[in-house]
Amino acid sequence: MGYLDGFWVTLKQVFQERVTSEYPQEKRPKPIRHHGRHVLNRYQDGMEKCIGCELCAGVCPARCIYVRGADNPPEAPVSPGERWGFVYEINYLRCIHCDLCVEACPTEAITESKLFEFSFTNRSDAIYTRSELLVGDDGRPQTLPWEDWREGDDQHTSAWMRATSPNGSAAYEGRVSWSGELGYGVRAPEAGQSGDPRPTTEEGESA
Amino acid sequence: MTGDPLFAEGVDWVVVAFVVVKALIGFSIVMVGVIFMIWFERKVVADMQNRIGPNRAGRWGLGQTLADGIKLIFKEDLKPDRSDKLIFRLAPYLSVAPAFLTFTIVPIGGVFTGGNDGAVEIFGRRTWMQVADPPVGVLFLLAMSSLAVYGIMLAGWSSGSKYPLLGSVRATAQMVSYEAALGLSVVAVVLISGSLSTHDIVAAQAGSIANWNLIATAGIPFAIFCVAATAELNRPPFDLVEAEQELVGGFHTEYSSIRFGMFYLAEFMNTITMSAIIVTLFLGGPAGPVLFGPDILWGILWFTLKVMVFLFTFVWLRGTLPRFRYDQLMDLGWKRLIPLSLGWLLVIGAISVGRDAGWSRVVTLAGAFAVGIIAWAALVGALRVAKLRGGEDEFGDLTTATDGVKT
Repeated sequence: MGYLDGFWVTLKQVFQERVTSEYPQEKRPKPIRHHGRHVLNRYQDGMEKCIGCELCAGVCPARCIYVRGADNPPEAPVSPGERWGFVYEINYLRCIHCDLCVEACPTEAITESKLFEFSFTNRSDAIYTRSELLVGDDGRPQTLPWEDWREGDDQHTSAWMRATSPNGSAAYEGRVSWSGELGYGVRAPEAGQSGDPRPTTEEGESA
Repeated sequence: MTGDPLFAEGVDWVVVAFVVVKALIGFSIVMVGVIFMIWFERKVVADMQNRIGPNRAGRWGLGQTLADGIKLIFKEDLKPDRSDKLIFRLAPYLSVAPAFLTFTIVPIGGVFTGGNDGAVEIFGRRTWMQVADPPVGVLFLLAMSSLAVYGIMLAGWSSGSKYPLLGSVRATAQMVSYEAALGLSVVAVVLISGSLSTHDIVAAQAGSIANWNLIATAGIPFAIFCVAATAELNRPPFDLVEAEQELVGGFHTEYSSIRFGMFYLAEFMNTITMSAIIVTLFLGGPAGPVLFGPDILWGILWFTLKVMVFLFTFVWLRGTLPRFRYDQLMDLGWKRLIPLSLGWLLVIGAISVGRDAGWSRVVTLAGAFAVGIIAWAALVGALRVAKLRGGEDEFGDLTTATDGVKT
């Protein structure tokens, strides 16, 4: 065929499956570690995990996180321990969803859901505050009017547990597993994980 | 042959009304054709690239062209400061008008077999199914395709900008070059059919598939015409005029709004017209078997089907072939197509003269081919000598590489 081979190549494609999907109607399943909109997690007793340490803000390459810590009110503490993040803002016009904040967080307070379909009509709306990022009492992320949550977007938001546990106990050294999620339990261990999740009962009094 | 029987009994108001209505029908056919052609091209190219293509406006995206047209009309109409305003405004119309005018000479239907002359009877008047049948139809075709150059040339020149100017310079050179090959391949058809009128050319092809000029001229003029027509249309692989990687948009870079839309319209109108012309000149126009029912409908159906085949082929070419390099384009036009069509014309001429004069067919053929081979050898020799004298040209190894393929 020589010169005419190309015509057969293009004609063949007509009868093959389309690569393009009809996006808004038909969505592909997201990867299990998809980086989307952040959530601020709570412990199972309802306490906030965030301790206002500003490590996430420090590590953020896009400088989109603003955190202010404050001492917990002794009579009604917001988080276990000394301090809590009383201001927590993420500017989604700057966020690049690199997940470094999640890596940096010592208490796994901030993690990322799989939601990426949210849009704003002005710049100030793009700044999510603590009240919007915080999960509800049942551990599920808030569904804001301009967000398009789909089935499964809110699952598997938990982060890696570090080699040392948040409470610094040496008993957990060298163990890697998922931390628990309020409302979802603990993810099944994956290849290379110990399969021995952190005892969730300790979480409430740790940190 | 005589002309259109509509004018046989003088011109009264009914005849004028007939002509106006026929022109309107022809215009609507081309416009609706363009709307579907743009959609068709986008869909087929999408298919060839495993995409979906337009699918939002209307069912299967059929309304996409209309939506684009409405969008273009409401966009801002920009005129560059340094443009020649009058010509800048005139050029899109110069581009559209020849495209439609060429379509007027295409017979889109009619029965030409069994003693019929292709006329239909409507309201007691007999007329042919084409808007006009000038006795010099084929010359009209060539004249219009020459005029189409002006639209593009003036558009690029009046824009007052460098890329459009380069695009229009390319367009002029390319279209003038391929015009020659186009014309010479049509002469073969005229020689066989014995008439310049498109109606007579179609009538001469009626009856059997062996009468089609594709067979009667042994295919070579058909092939040349198709290649030259693609180049005339500035469609891929000959779209150096627009070459967006080099010239932004070529001649229409500075155009916006509906003026740009008119160039787009003209391009697709030309595609449809050229397909219809190919079908008319080489494939018997509306000729085809009548299976059942009224034979007049079958003519239109066959004509439409044949045109569709060519429309698909144009899209297929676009989906498959990369763009020609400019020197390759000129090589193909001047060194291959024009000598080939000229030689083939001489062969066909010799055969027709020989038939009329009663010469032996074998001797005629042998003589014609002997002359053809001598001419070809002379051409190749001349090119070689020119190359030796001129020494290394600016393309250096590239040209040598193409020479290796050629010989």
